[in-house]
Amino acid sequence: MALRPEPFGALAYHYGNRRLNFLRSPQLLTLVQRLGEHPSIDAALDDAGIEPRRRPTWVAALARLAESDFIEEVTS
Amino acid sequence: MTAAPTRLTDELKAGLNAPICLTWEWTYACNLACVHCLSSSGRRDPLELTTAEMRSVVDQLADMQVFYINVGGGEPTVRPDFFEVIEYSVERGVGVKFSTNGGMITPAKACHLASLDYVDIQISLDGADEATNDAVRGRGSWAMAHRAMDNLASAGFGPFKISVVMTRHNIPQRDELAALADRYGAELRLTRFRPSGRGAETWHELRPTQDQQYELYRWLLDRPDVLTGDSFFHLSGYGEGALPGLNLCGAGRVVCLIDPVGDVYACPFVLHEQFKAGSVRAEGGFAGVWNGSTLFRELREPQSAGACASCGSYDACQGGCMAAKFFVGLPLDAPDPECVKGNGEPALAALGVDARPISGPGHSKPVPVPVRLSPRRPATV
Repeated sequence: MALRPEPFGALAYHYGNRRLNFLRSPQLLTLVQRLGEHPSIDAALDDAGIEPRRRPTWVAALARLAESDFIEEVTS
Repeated sequence: MTAAPTRLTDELKAGLNAPICLTWEWTYACNLACVHCLSSSGRRDPLELTTAEMRSVVDQLADMQVFYINVGGGEPTVRPDFFEVIEYSVERGVGVKFSTNGGMITPAKACHLASLDYVDIQISLDGADEATNDAVRGRGSWAMAHRAMDNLASAGFGPFKISVVMTRHNIPQRDELAALADRYGAELRLTRFRPSGRGAETWHELRPTQDQQYELYRWLLDRPDVLTGDSFFHLSGYGEGALPGLNLCGAGRVVCLIDPVGDVYACPFVLHEQFKAGSVRAEGGFAGVWNGSTLFRELREPQSAGACASCGSYDACQGGCMAAKFFVGLPLDAPDPECVKGNGEPALAALGVDARPISGPGHSKPVPVPVRLSPRRPATV
């Protein structure tokens, strides 16, 4: 999987399933890049400073990425 | 998510840091002479990029994070360094999808291809039966493509693509083509036939009828798994549903083409001086052209709807394909010659006989001229 910054956010490309995703804000790009540093999505959203009322939109965007295997839950 | 949402297509039209879809034609040499060839291929250009130059372009694309390249030609597999350059590209993280007529894909080569990490293959086939295909691609080409597909299947290559340029003779065969792809576990990819290259000469007799365009549109709506590479966005003008894809002209915005001698064009269908943006051989290389070309900057600016401004479908079809207009001789803000609302026909009918742009000599092989030999006078002793 590769992330390429673009004026609107970033392009995400999955070399395995050849799927392309559009991350349509620079903030979402930062969130995705730092996802691995946090124990949970909530913690990552806290760190990115996303207000609680806007969180459902962000969670939905992450769910779309998970659906096409761009991100996955890490169980430890 | 953003405070003032803009449409993704508007953002893409303004251009990207690098192309999403980059077509790179590796040679003009070809063992076939298809009547619709968009690059008028046949003879190798003596100035084509050397292996070292090809590797350098791969390096530049890797640095720009171009995810994959669409390799075509001509027939790219005739280059002696074909495997060397695809292997180098994959190694540098630039995936390779290549189009071929299949002539080179022997059982051994199919195994070699199957062993590579990120290589996708498109076998070109323009009919579900030999007669329909060979009328366009030349005698023996149907058998050649089938041998290649059999070899890929035996080598366990996995799902390859069958790539079809849609004409009035194969649109009625769409179900058979889908069934053929199913039999091979392959994906079907359909492309719009544009009047580019040698296609300019055959477009009027091979292009789909209006009824066929509608049938194809409905058929594609029912089959989102059939790939089209955004080829049929002009059909969105029917307004009965959106075809998968971005549905916009990506020329110079998300798409471009590098030709065998390193010239960069706005899209694979506009190999003409007017749409040449620069050369990878110039200082600055490919990135210099992508970021600095005046042509690309113009294409990324908002375009005029021109003659289509008063049509309610403009938002859906964006006025259609630039290449299709250009090569039939229509202005770029005219309706698409195959406008689904029927606005192309009167525009075409109004064109003068000399409206079509003059194209260069192309790379077609010379047509044999019949010569009559007269018997030599017997030598006198």
